[in-house]
Amino acid sequence: MNTIATAAITAATATEPTPAKTKYRWPDSLAWWFALPASFLMLTTLILPVVIVALLSFTNYELGMPDTAFVGIDNYLSVLSDPKFWHVLRNTLLYTLFVVPGSVIGGLLLAVLVQSVGKGRRLYQCLFFLPVTATLVAMATVWKYLLHGQIGPVNQLLHSLGFTPIEFFGDPGMVLFSLAVIGVWQLAGFNMVLFIAGLVAIPQDLYDAASVDGADRPLDRFFTVTLPLLGPTMLFVIVTSSLTAFKVFDTVAVLTRGGPQGASEVILYQIYLEGFQYLRTGSAAAMTVLFLACILVLSWLQTRITERKVHYL
Amino acid sequence: MNTLNPAPADRLLSRPALYTLLRHAILLALAFVMLFPFYWMIVTSFRPAQEVFSGTFNWLPRQFTGWDNFRTALNDAPLLLYMFNGAVVCLGVLLVQLATAIPCGWALARYRFRGERVLFGLVLLGLCIPIQVPAIPLFLGLAITDLLNTYFALMVPFFLSVFAIFLFRQSFKTFPEDIVQAARLDGLSEKAILWTIVVPASKPAIAAFAVFSVTSHWNDLYWPLIVITNAELMTPPLGLASFADPESGANFGALMASATIVTLPLMVLFLFIQRHFIQGVTNTGVK
Repeated sequence: MNTIATAAITAATATEPTPAKTKYRWPDSLAWWFALPASFLMLTTLILPVVIVALLSFTNYELGMPDTAFVGIDNYLSVLSDPKFWHVLRNTLLYTLFVVPGSVIGGLLLAVLVQSVGKGRRLYQCLFFLPVTATLVAMATVWKYLLHGQIGPVNQLLHSLGFTPIEFFGDPGMVLFSLAVIGVWQLAGFNMVLFIAGLVAIPQDLYDAASVDGADRPLDRFFTVTLPLLGPTMLFVIVTSSLTAFKVFDTVAVLTRGGPQGASEVILYQIYLEGFQYLRTGSAAAMTVLFLACILVLSWLQTRITERKVHYL
Repeated sequence: MNTLNPAPADRLLSRPALYTLLRHAILLALAFVMLFPFYWMIVTSFRPAQEVFSGTFNWLPRQFTGWDNFRTALNDAPLLLYMFNGAVVCLGVLLVQLATAIPCGWALARYRFRGERVLFGLVLLGLCIPIQVPAIPLFLGLAITDLLNTYFALMVPFFLSVFAIFLFRQSFKTFPEDIVQAARLDGLSEKAILWTIVVPASKPAIAAFAVFSVTSHWNDLYWPLIVITNAELMTPPLGLASFADPESGANFGALMASATIVTLPLMVLFLFIQRHFIQGVTNTGVK
């Protein structure tokens, strides 16, 4: 659900209302009192922990161990020279590479179709959004059954069509793709809502103009008007989806625990194991910092896109 | 051009009507695919175990087990307790978030003060930082102070919502200044103006945030997995994850029943207030 937050924010910055001349200078202390509780929480539960995790990444700290020493960049060197790290990074990127096109194209398809009907628009929107609100852990167990190697209905369907059953979660070559199917299923409805907001903003006269120019078949209209004008929304949705996909954890933790043979080990699951199961704080902290760096790059891209969108529309 | 070329009169349906029908057909097919997991979850929760393992496909249970699977699910794991814990955590988190973010958002929206830019900059930065980043120090802090396995541990990383501050700042910015001025002339304190005039008028923004907050914390697995080992304090996702694994193959009927029980409250909530929910994304979303 973090996606929703990111989406809302980045977008809201774009639609910043023109600042009214309503800001008054009161004694600073008044505003400070208003901001104090939040600032206190920000300092203790966000800023300090982030600073500490960065510091920890340069130490050999372990919970309960008496001796802690600075080890320089040793943690980073060992993380970066460990094939495991590149393996989980590769898996995470591969998963992202499956989920992003699937959920973006799926969301766009749903949005265009839903917007094209008059009656039932709201109902469809509601139905397609349902997976977004569902408890992913619970739905993961449902997917485990749906894609079960022997008794899952998907394999029963494949069997009745004459295909050999597929071990969706048991086959190392298949597992990331199977997890991505769940990811797409959950994200498509969310992307749909973002696309619909973009579609609504396209002025009708552009369609009229296109129609005068001879583009009035639905597909023509889509490629000459809809798609180009959705460009900024599209970029935004792609980055938001990448952020979500990059943070995949729940389905891995519940369904595969990184298996089979490490084929579904992803970065957050690895950080979780290092930091909270094996309690190797130093290397977990170093991985966290690297993870944050990836996230910040994506977020920076998102901001840039939002800025561009302001000029565009 | 097509429009200049009217459909032959002997056709049963005009071209636009045919397109509309086609669109609905595609939409219904997609809805079927998207909702099939929910359908299968509910149907399976009413199937006997031997039918689940029979390996034949049936749309409906051939033998209807009534509430047996639900009873098993509730006996196997204290699902109701998990849900109670989930509710406590969601409510506690939401209350603190609102109590701290509303005044902060108001100050950022309406007052000029020293440190304003720094504070807002930190809010924007905070928006990019997922919970997994401060997780290690927060965990260590809780471990050292012996606070693991408490409600407090479950809630504390989420008390501060930079998202809420940001959202409320945006929403408060557009609150009419005339009303604020009139209230000031009436002698109301700044605090009273915020809580008795501005907040009641900002219900849509607050409701939209409340829905996001409750959904994300009800569904969260990462943080409870780290700080809770005591079964009495588990939240629904953690409880489900912890007992789904060992006996995974054993009883899909009961598993689907538990999934139904856990998913249902949010689904019902969503269906009731879906307008708020989707509008929340749309309004604050890309425009």
